[in-house]
Amino acid sequence: MSTSPRTLFDKVWDAHVVQHIEDGPDVFFIDRHFIHEVTSPVAFLGLEQRGLSVLYPERTFATADHNTPTINQHLPVQDPLSANQLAALERNSAKYGISHWGLGDPKNGIVHVVGPENGITLPGMTIVCGDSHTSTHGAFGAIAFGIGTSEVEMVLSSQCIMQPKPKKMLINVNGELSKGVTPKDVVLYIIAQISASGATGYFVEYAGSVFENMSMEGRMTVCNMSIEMGARGGMVAPDETTFNYIKGRDKAPKGADWDRLLEYWKTLKTDEGASFDVILNYNAADIEPMITYGTNPGMGIGISKKIPTAAEVGGAKASYEKSLNYMGFHEADPMIGKQVDYVFIGSCTNGRIEDFRAFASIVKGRKKADNVTAWIVPGSHIVEQQIKEEGIYDILKEAGFELRQPGCSACLAMNDDKIPAGKYAVSTSNRNFEGRQGPGARTLLASPLVAAAAAVTGKVTDPRELL
Amino acid sequence: MAYDKFTVLRSSAVPMPIENVDTDQIIPARFLKATERKGFGDNLFRDWRYNSDDSPKQDFVLNNPIYSGKILVGGKNFGSGSSREHAAWAIYDYGFRCVVSSFFADIFKNNSINVGILPVTVSPEFLDQIFKAIEADPTAELEVDLPAQTITIVGTGAKESFDINGYKKNNLLNGYDDIDFLQSIKQKIGTFAEQSHY
Repeated sequence: MSTSPRTLFDKVWDAHVVQHIEDGPDVFFIDRHFIHEVTSPVAFLGLEQRGLSVLYPERTFATADHNTPTINQHLPVQDPLSANQLAALERNSAKYGISHWGLGDPKNGIVHVVGPENGITLPGMTIVCGDSHTSTHGAFGAIAFGIGTSEVEMVLSSQCIMQPKPKKMLINVNGELSKGVTPKDVVLYIIAQISASGATGYFVEYAGSVFENMSMEGRMTVCNMSIEMGARGGMVAPDETTFNYIKGRDKAPKGADWDRLLEYWKTLKTDEGASFDVILNYNAADIEPMITYGTNPGMGIGISKKIPTAAEVGGAKASYEKSLNYMGFHEADPMIGKQVDYVFIGSCTNGRIEDFRAFASIVKGRKKADNVTAWIVPGSHIVEQQIKEEGIYDILKEAGFELRQPGCSACLAMNDDKIPAGKYAVSTSNRNFEGRQGPGARTLLASPLVAAAAAVTGKVTDPRELL
Repeated sequence: MAYDKFTVLRSSAVPMPIENVDTDQIIPARFLKATERKGFGDNLFRDWRYNSDDSPKQDFVLNNPIYSGKILVGGKNFGSGSSREHAAWAIYDYGFRCVVSSFFADIFKNNSINVGILPVTVSPEFLDQIFKAIEADPTAELEVDLPAQTITIVGTGAKESFDINGYKKNNLLNGYDDIDFLQSIKQKIGTFAEQSHY
């Protein structure tokens, strides 16, 4: 056992290396594997073609989320291709003995919402899923990242993938966040600072008082968007906030198992003097509510700022102009006051109870703007239930909003929740790529507070004016 | 899934000098509904390639008959965003065997190698030279030599080395994949699993 100081990431990584290959990747053991209907069917097909089975079915969990309707979930799914994918997930799960929370199951919801809320996600684990936002689970001090379908097949058949160890980046944010600044703003700010590829090749640890004081929901929002800075994943050291969140959840360890694991989890932090390849430091006081103006998540600014010029941004001018043209925006335009046609709150980034509480805090006593179509989509049935129990549903209804049923919805617009071409959507999701929310759709990424401010005023509005 | 071995590829190339080409552009989510790995090439770059009425967009490079070849040359941060392997399948299915850029997103790079596409990372300067060579002559050929780990602009002779780890290189050269290897060490994995915390 090495006695030299190690980072949190080193500790968890090293504990999962089955074999190191000279001039090659590590054979990396996976504790928990999530699957959904879109990226798993071809992996199961591959198993069949090779005559392989699922090695440890109890380590894999299936939920349907990407391609599900968010209304009338009790009715048969209309789109035959979507219905076929959902049926394949159910069939494959049953065939191999994998736990499956399909459409209509009370545990169903977005994979990165239901994993944590059911106590499947634990500190020190390695977690993968055929979905890049698997980085969400890093909020618990797990190494969690997205994989491709070939790797899904590897995990199913051998519980391992072949993975080179990434470099290490530490991002410290210290100080107090000001009013109206949420975890979403913190992560959009970081991405704007380092760009959408600034952490490619790295695994990030988030540290400093801002993350120490953040709720688990907030940490999940931040870790979720690690991939949007190019990082494979991001993690936060587990602490009392983490342990309190996990304790008592359905699949969380209990009794002696809990005591044993808690002792282990308390060792999961970066040692004094451990080294990182890159360390970045930011001040909480510099962060204001953020919004994106372009077609990658790195193109974000403080909501009170003007769109930068190509020269200010640097990089390829043609790509920058292509992006602004797509958005119908111009250099030096202010963001405040821009037209908004749609508001989407939900997704694995901001589809948890805290996000709906924030949204309701602004909506309360106000009315939905007539020019806005709002899609309010809980991340899971459990979140939906909380929304109703806490009275948030009544606030939303009173203000003229409707609540939809859980799923990924307009974040990637695989189902019918597509923003029409040319329309502007303020979205709490994670990607503003061209056509991400529907062909020709224009996405402005922001926090639930900014989304709420847009929903009640019908334009981009600083939420601090409404708090 | 088996793929063809990769050794030396000499071909003209299709230039796409755009930065941050994300996997939603390579294949939009609404085309991910298949349960088999078939036909994804038809929807490669769908929304850049076709209008909403399915007519081809004349100004898009894949619709320009002067460009062809088995090599796609993209701008910095190619393949960012979603982990969908469908992006690599679409590129392969369309007929590309190699993607060249100055910078690749991690997951896309992994996925590419896993399906038999060679991602070649070159310096920004060399990437610029490639774009200029194709601009001057759309039939300009590139030679990608995996055993030697070099890429050459055939017309000018300009050459650069690229990195790839020995294990993955061996896979591509022989058409092996990781699943074959992992099956061969299953016993070791079983022993490891027994000692796992979870």
